[in-house]
Amino acid sequence: MLRVSSNPVVDTVVKLASTAVIMFAFVFVVMVPLYNVLCDALGINGKTNGEAYTSVQAGVDESRTVTIQFVATNNEGMPWDFGPSVTMMKVHPGASNDTVFHARNPLPQAMVAQAIPSVSPSRAAAYFHKTECFCFNQQPLDGDSSAEMPLQFIIDRDLPSDIHTITLSYTIFDVTDMVGGSIAAR
Amino acid sequence: MGDHHHGPAKGLSRWLFTTNHKDIGTMYLWFSFSMFILGGAFAMIIRAELFQPGMQLVEPAFFNQMTTLHGLVMVFGAIMPSFVGLANWMIPMMIGAPDMALPRMNNWSFWILPPAFLILAGTLFMEGGAPNFGWTFYAPLSTTYAPPSVTYFIFSIHVLGLSSIMGSINIIATVMNMRAPGMTYMKMPLFVWTWLITAFLLVAVMPVLAGAVTMMLMDIHFGTSFFSAAGGGDPVLFQHIFWFFGHPEVYIIILPAFGVVSQIIPTFARKPLFGYDSMVYATAAIAFLSFIVWAHHMYTVGMPVAGELFFMYATMLIAVPTGVKVFNWVTTMWRGAMTFETPMLFCMGFLVLFTIGGFTGLMLSIAPADFQYHDSYFVVAHFHYVMVAGAVFSMSAAVYYWLPKWCGRMYNETMGKTHFWISFIGFNITFFPQHFVGLAGMPRRIPDYALQFADFNMMSSIGAFIYGASQILFLYNVIATIVAGKPTSEAKTWEGAEGLEWTVATPAPYHTFETPPQVR
Repeated sequence: MLRVSSNPVVDTVVKLASTAVIMFAFVFVVMVPLYNVLCDALGINGKTNGEAYTSVQAGVDESRTVTIQFVATNNEGMPWDFGPSVTMMKVHPGASNDTVFHARNPLPQAMVAQAIPSVSPSRAAAYFHKTECFCFNQQPLDGDSSAEMPLQFIIDRDLPSDIHTITLSYTIFDVTDMVGGSIAAR
Repeated sequence: MGDHHHGPAKGLSRWLFTTNHKDIGTMYLWFSFSMFILGGAFAMIIRAELFQPGMQLVEPAFFNQMTTLHGLVMVFGAIMPSFVGLANWMIPMMIGAPDMALPRMNNWSFWILPPAFLILAGTLFMEGGAPNFGWTFYAPLSTTYAPPSVTYFIFSIHVLGLSSIMGSINIIATVMNMRAPGMTYMKMPLFVWTWLITAFLLVAVMPVLAGAVTMMLMDIHFGTSFFSAAGGGDPVLFQHIFWFFGHPEVYIIILPAFGVVSQIIPTFARKPLFGYDSMVYATAAIAFLSFIVWAHHMYTVGMPVAGELFFMYATMLIAVPTGVKVFNWVTTMWRGAMTFETPMLFCMGFLVLFTIGGFTGLMLSIAPADFQYHDSYFVVAHFHYVMVAGAVFSMSAAVYYWLPKWCGRMYNETMGKTHFWISFIGFNITFFPQHFVGLAGMPRRIPDYALQFADFNMMSSIGAFIYGASQILFLYNVIATIVAGKPTSEAKTWEGAEGLEWTVATPAPYHTFETPPQVR
């Protein structure tokens, strides 16, 4: 056993105090990143990948049809009108699909929003590939104006065969006060 | 070191500057008892409001502050410091050491506690009221929606965490370095063993709690988004971090109680503890398992099935070492020449009621069934069976058991037994019906309830007032003993007692074991 001092009491104290400091650091440098990695890898909490998917040419599986439902929610205190242009689409795995969400800022001042996606069932999250999404970036909007926000996605051909319906939910948050800080979309 | 055999200093400075383990132990015990009364007062307000359905006494917002402060004060202010106090008093005397290894740090770890709780209790008088998010302070309730006093709450958690870490380092340093010659690890009394393992748990997880509240502080004041989905964080992460601390925490509370019971039952059964080695290994096994079961508190957050199964089986595994302990205590009593003085009554009450709490814990560990029990009064009943009938009963047993050694006076046995029976009956009237209302769907932490729960809730409240009153009797008995109890100078208060603490004079002199004893 490593000895840090010839006085056994000091030795014990130094080792234990270091353990306490390491455990404090462990929360920040291990637990937080590990949680995010696990959620990304396993699709826990329906988290989808935060970066654009580069499509691979694998062909469209026309024998299967999957229903995609879109849900939009405003976080508490978020005044925007926010919602999908269509609430439901029927798509084939492997095909590229486009839709738009509309947003309107009814207030006189400019605001910045961040949409956070969640996929249900969460098992499907890993098979829901977004090639373009407004959720990858913050969305600024001038006062009293509106915008169409595009979403482009591909359902993976390997989607488990028992999944017939996938719900993609967006919650839109007001991040006007946070802009400038480091905000990563997930 | 010229004046070697000085007694205690006089006046207030004796307590302020003392480095004597007995003085510090005494202060911890009185402090924790005053917190027990404060947390108990909060509980009485909760039960008074729940006496009848509808809103009678307090505003819902204040009710939430009461449930929050009751939990925080009882866990961090009453139970934990009481066992630290007991460790301070007894560990040096049990291992034949003259004092704790780090007496000055010992003074600090006590004296930063009262300010921490003064701040916590002070939040009641602040604008927006005291913390109202439950003792588990889940984000975003404790971040986005918290009252402004949350910052003071965070500071007090930091301070009491620091106190716990310093106290634990001291205990480990004492046990590892200051045992009397011949006192090998496997000859240590079980109370010392359970505290040694508890102290390691504390050093490992109190920093995790400090990390969790630091993240809250940063989210609230410094624009980070650890627990805010808007900034890419996740509120569920908070629950993982909290319970990674929180589950070992429940064993931090109960392991020293196991130690106390393992000291007292052999005394009154007049037989050595059955299965000493297996007791030590079971304690270590429980401590290890406590680190890999945390997510059983959060089955309903949406974990993968594999995760639910892992945490379910790992949790059930804890029943094995715990069962070993319960069987060992029962076997210790088997064919013993038993007598039923107050400490033994409390230990037997502990044994029966803690086992009931253990069984309801096993029920809660079943992931599919937990979806029904989650956040209901069944959970409240479960953890009060292990916290009150487990930790608090064993603490009462410890006070009656060692009080004659501490102050050289005998407590009133009739009053002690009365205290036990009123506690035992009051406790069961309070918490047993909560199993039923919980299974029937009454949620916890809500100031009102559906009409069909009215009878059981009234019963619960009556039981709570009885249990609360019995603690006043306890306080009276202890003070009466210290002031005017029958003097005793027998070194061994109990004929069946074993251990070094019973070899010193009664009352225990200010300094003991200045020359280490030789152990066999």
